[in-house]
Amino acid sequence: MATEITKLKLPPVVEGEHNYTEISRRISDITLVRKTHFLWFLGFGVTLLFTMMLFYAIAKLLVDGVGIWGVNIPVGWGFAIGNFVWWIGIGHAGTLISAILLLLNQKWRTSINRFAEAMTLVAVAAAGLFPLLHLGRPYYFYWLLPYPNTMALFPQFRSPLVWDVFAVLTYLTVSLVFWYIGMIPDLATLRDRAKKGWTFKIFGILSLGWRGSAEHWHHYERLYLILAGLATPLVVSVHTVVSFDFAAGIIPGWHSTIFGPYFVAGAIFSGFAMVLTLAIPIRWAFNLKDFITMRHLENSAKILIATSLIILYSYLSEYFFAYYSGDQFERYIELNRAFGGYAFMYWILILCNVLLPQLLWFRKLRTNVMFLFILSIFVNIGMWTERYVIVVTSLHHDFLPSSWGMYSGTWWDYATLAGTIGMFFMMMFLFVRMLPLMSMAEMRKLIAPKEAKREEA
Amino acid sequence: MSSIREPKLFALLAEFDEAEKIIEAAKLARQAGFEKMHAYTPFAIEELSEILQTKRRNWIPAIVLAGGIFGGLTGFFLQYYAAVISYPQNIGGRPPNSWEVFIPITFELTILGGAIIGALGLLILSGLPQLYHPVFAAPEFRRATQDAFFLSIESKDPKFDETETHDFLETLEPVDIIGVLDRRTGSER
Repeated sequence: MATEITKLKLPPVVEGEHNYTEISRRISDITLVRKTHFLWFLGFGVTLLFTMMLFYAIAKLLVDGVGIWGVNIPVGWGFAIGNFVWWIGIGHAGTLISAILLLLNQKWRTSINRFAEAMTLVAVAAAGLFPLLHLGRPYYFYWLLPYPNTMALFPQFRSPLVWDVFAVLTYLTVSLVFWYIGMIPDLATLRDRAKKGWTFKIFGILSLGWRGSAEHWHHYERLYLILAGLATPLVVSVHTVVSFDFAAGIIPGWHSTIFGPYFVAGAIFSGFAMVLTLAIPIRWAFNLKDFITMRHLENSAKILIATSLIILYSYLSEYFFAYYSGDQFERYIELNRAFGGYAFMYWILILCNVLLPQLLWFRKLRTNVMFLFILSIFVNIGMWTERYVIVVTSLHHDFLPSSWGMYSGTWWDYATLAGTIGMFFMMMFLFVRMLPLMSMAEMRKLIAPKEAKREEA
Repeated sequence: MSSIREPKLFALLAEFDEAEKIIEAAKLARQAGFEKMHAYTPFAIEELSEILQTKRRNWIPAIVLAGGIFGGLTGFFLQYYAAVISYPQNIGGRPPNSWEVFIPITFELTILGGAIIGALGLLILSGLPQLYHPVFAAPEFRRATQDAFFLSIESKDPKFDETETHDFLETLEPVDIIGVLDRRTGSER
């Protein structure tokens, strides 16, 4: 690989000269030694305020009911389901980076996989809130799970909505296991570098007494690889099942076989945008520019272009099949998306998801950190708009004009969305401060001279 | 010290500063006939587990497979029981055992079973959690998770002799040699 890198003139995965001591010190010091910066408190404080707003919005919802949201008939899904799909999609990039790129032996994943996995966990947790709150009677959420009960009833296993419960819960659990297993050696490093008694105890317990013995590594490496192999089909299945929530309905604009791959590509697209949104401030704040190099940012940008083209293809194919099917409802819904009551949202979507990412074809822009950061935020907005358009446009004008209606989010809808965004960033603030944000063990392996030599051979 | 029993020597640790050196040292120690050996490294070194022959067979894949099969069967028969035995319903004339729609949940639970049981398997095979181990007593050992590579030869080894083994380790040109005591009591390993 090393020779290839020079041949292709790619920027290196790790810049500069490093040794084991220095890597362990620099990454663990972020958690153990560095003084908490004023900006961290500021960011944490602001995001905490938004989290409080989320709790307030949830409390209000539980007291007053879903009537405080904008949902109505015909648009029964509204913000909640759109937000759910958006958050789940963001989470998928974490698994993609940690599992799929591991299987593909892409070494550049090493410095970004840990926080991308943390991002997955928090995003899935944020996603999970929405369907629960949207239930109307959230305190009956356990009716979604099969358990012996006095009603002698089970969930309807033929429904994609029940598949979704299993898919999302499995995804959350497997992501957590993968993340934690991957972190054990680094927690042991933190334990061994801890200076205070209580940090030593906490990391000592969390690291389970990891000694890094040859037996430990022998089993660990194999399991990590297998977990990556399990997580790869899982991540594809999860968003496909999410898309079935739509595709299994007969509503025009939803009932389409392209939804699976279309949703998965959109998930990777939005997830990589969120990775950039997080990676760029993190490498700046903790001075990790030699670990999260231009190569990482550029590769993520390339994935953005690729997935942007896939979703463009999906948009076009929806139009083509609406036309080709001859179904007047399908034809109507596609035209209504572009020129109807929600045309504004639709063109934001096209701008953010299709047009702006094309600028990444220019190397100058692709390697401009500020541009990437701003673009990533546009893509996040664009993907949210896409979920909104899918949910709302299809529902608000379905088959019968007598049942048509319009929908718009209320203040509480926006507060809940903004609150989950706040919670997401708050958890990420806590994560970068309290846990190892890069895999030190894998970084050491990456710079080991033996490894470098083997790569050249 | 109120301890009645004088703590025995548990092992001699030879410290190295690079992966290649510990691989070389482990090979020589293996040739010299030592068996109760362990290597502690800050990152995975595949050659070491081969040289030390830690376990002849890696059971992790088999454990994950078993967990996956268990999860998958649970997933399928959970749905089969609900839809065929416990409460059959006629939904659009579909047969009660409409197995095709049971596949997504079967798949998800296969992955879930494999991942969770695999993770438990890792803990059991590695003997974790084990918050105390004699090697932790050496302050130098804190660097085993950072930048140092340790080869330990335990006193349980039939060929072990404190001075001879120490001299042997010297020939491997380590950075340092550290003796760790076994302060555990009773029948703990």
